[in-house]
Amino acid sequence: MKERTKIGVYVCHCGGNISDYVDVKKVVEAVKDLPNVAVARDFVFMCSEAGQNLIKEDIKNLGLDGVVVASCSPHLHEKTFRNAAKEAGLNPYLVEHVCIREHSSWVHSDNPEAATQKAIWIVKAAIAKVSLARDLESIRLDMKPEAIVMGGGIAGMRCAIDLGRAGITVHLIEMSPFLGGRAAQIGKMYPSGISGIELVKKLVEEVKSNPNIKIYTNAEIVSAEGALGEFKVKIKINPRYVKGNVSDDTISQCPVEVPDEFNYGLTKRKAIYKRDFTYPDTPVIDMNACTKCGKCNPDFNQKPKTVEVTGSIVILATGFKPYEPKEGEFGYKVYDNVITLPVFDRLISISNGKLEYNGKEIRDIAFIYCVGSRNEEHEYCSRYCCVATINAALQALEKFGDLRVYHVYRDIRTYGKYETYYEQAGRDGMLFFKYDPENPPVVERSGNKLIVKVKDLLTYGEEVEIPVDMVVLSVGMEPEMSDVFTMLRVPFSRDGFLQEVHPKLRPVETAIGGVLVAGTCQGPKDTVEATASASAAAAKADTYLVKGYTELEPFIAEINPEKCDGCSECVEECPAGAINIENGKAVLKEALCKGCGACGAVCPTEAINLRGYYYDQLRKSIEAAGGD
Amino acid sequence: MTYKILIFAAEMAYRALDQAGLLHVHYTPNTVIIRIPCASMLRPDLILHAFQSGFDAVFVASSGPDCPFLGEECVRKTAKRIEKAYELLDEHGIDKNRLLLTGVCSTCVEAIVGSLERLEETLSGE
Repeated sequence: MKERTKIGVYVCHCGGNISDYVDVKKVVEAVKDLPNVAVARDFVFMCSEAGQNLIKEDIKNLGLDGVVVASCSPHLHEKTFRNAAKEAGLNPYLVEHVCIREHSSWVHSDNPEAATQKAIWIVKAAIAKVSLARDLESIRLDMKPEAIVMGGGIAGMRCAIDLGRAGITVHLIEMSPFLGGRAAQIGKMYPSGISGIELVKKLVEEVKSNPNIKIYTNAEIVSAEGALGEFKVKIKINPRYVKGNVSDDTISQCPVEVPDEFNYGLTKRKAIYKRDFTYPDTPVIDMNACTKCGKCNPDFNQKPKTVEVTGSIVILATGFKPYEPKEGEFGYKVYDNVITLPVFDRLISISNGKLEYNGKEIRDIAFIYCVGSRNEEHEYCSRYCCVATINAALQALEKFGDLRVYHVYRDIRTYGKYETYYEQAGRDGMLFFKYDPENPPVVERSGNKLIVKVKDLLTYGEEVEIPVDMVVLSVGMEPEMSDVFTMLRVPFSRDGFLQEVHPKLRPVETAIGGVLVAGTCQGPKDTVEATASASAAAAKADTYLVKGYTELEPFIAEINPEKCDGCSECVEECPAGAINIENGKAVLKEALCKGCGACGAVCPTEAINLRGYYYDQLRKSIEAAGGD
Repeated sequence: MTYKILIFAAEMAYRALDQAGLLHVHYTPNTVIIRIPCASMLRPDLILHAFQSGFDAVFVASSGPDCPFLGEECVRKTAKRIEKAYELLDEHGIDKNRLLLTGVCSTCVEAIVGSLERLEETLSGE
């Protein structure tokens, strides 16, 4: 094929991020006279409007037939530069964006000379690649206005409502028997003052009243597969084993009582139970507890129902679980009155008049912060806990009065407007003690009191002993794992939560096209942040679903029928079943091709290439980079 | 004596290289990174071509089981390519230890640094 000979090369300084270590002038010098290069320039910020205009002007004035931009990672600005080229009339896929910041200046800041040499090699490889680049066209994919939302907590419901209002059909799938999730367990929330249950009620009302939203509860995910525009999820809806209307009276006749998980076992529930604040109204029978006495007129013949739903987009809103402290961690499970913050939150909600636990009135409470956070096991800060702890303490004080409250903290992060809660806690006479993580507080028992021993950094290491009736451990968030993650192959972050493509540029998308994240499955968030991210995910989904189609990158296989001898090696190699042999030649079904290129690697006659990564391009790149 | 290593970086490994940059982790600068979507696309002769074009070693940084195209299947398919490449290297009298395949997840910075160190050790020990 004919080589491109008018390539423009642009080397970015990134305001010093690159040019402090890579000699950008030297890079320009090294490539400007190469046979395929028409112009080579360096510029302070290629992604700026001025930088983009530089490319556009050169395309128009010099008639460039290819562009190489060497700057940050293409994951950040490849689209920016492709769009710039497109606006100037050049096929956007003739732009090659290579990385000399993350891949050179930042990793070789200790050796500027070598960093410069590496940048030259990378740019030379890119020029070689562009010299053989083909004009490519993006692929248009039709999108049915249908989405699958996994998780019926506040994030999942917020997504479903926003999508439903935009006219999208939503399949809202909840694993447990009722909508609501963990937010329903929270008492009065900051900053609005409404309770978790009230918030859930409001969302449930909206979800129920929108005919676009199909709700599936008590639903297990059997399989999830597909790609952007064509996801298929098979769910098993477990039976509730009840028939007709079941009155509260009937429920009360159930002879079985088990700890109610909603209240972390602080109260009991029957084997048949329902949750008044949420959907559905129909109770469910907990078969692990039921003795099949028959008093509630059950129907044990009900069978699980398998349903398949489809959607163009999948939004994961699978939530979190609170960290469960280890036995003995700050006296947890050793002393009765050491509980976690979520349990304390329920205790406030269900207690009236006075605060009692295990039959004992609670008059003094110590909160220990950062339990299971910011250590070797969980390196991250869960960020919600400081405010939630102070908020819970204020709620307890407001509801029960006359409490002495001690906060034993490592650092307090009551960011933004939540600072007022911290100030209020001080005004209310709550005492704060700061501990050193190297020397954490110790919880012991003395008589009928618990003693929290802390070396207080605020008083220059004074050893303080605080006698209390209850110790509340402020625990962080852990990801709630789901088989769906592996079924859809969504990547995890180092912290074990689901990873977005980029925290600022693509904050609710995962590396898997069409799979979005909402709420705490992505990382610790409070309810404000979780619902905001859910609305963001819904809005992102709308960008695909509302206009009815989307455009995909053209990087799929291309078969040259003249070279193909019909051996069918590629047919067997293709993971998507996208290739068939017709009339002795391999034929590609473009809509099915995932773009891995495995077919090309096994073709004995090199009849198959991956668009954008043609083998002749790669060979020439390797040669160019292998030289000086 | 410095050696020159070619890194074929598949989708997730490319992100790990980005991550290495964000964390300002240092590794040998005598490396050239060629971006590919998935390591299963590598024709074994491309690897031989790298050695013949001036590279002393080739590091195939695949996405491992995190491959967004093939998932776990990527490991098996890519291993087949490497086996074929080993045969080719043998035929041309090139030390097989100069070719290394590692599955690299999007945050597996250590896997990158460790693999490059291994290749450098091999090269300096010959």
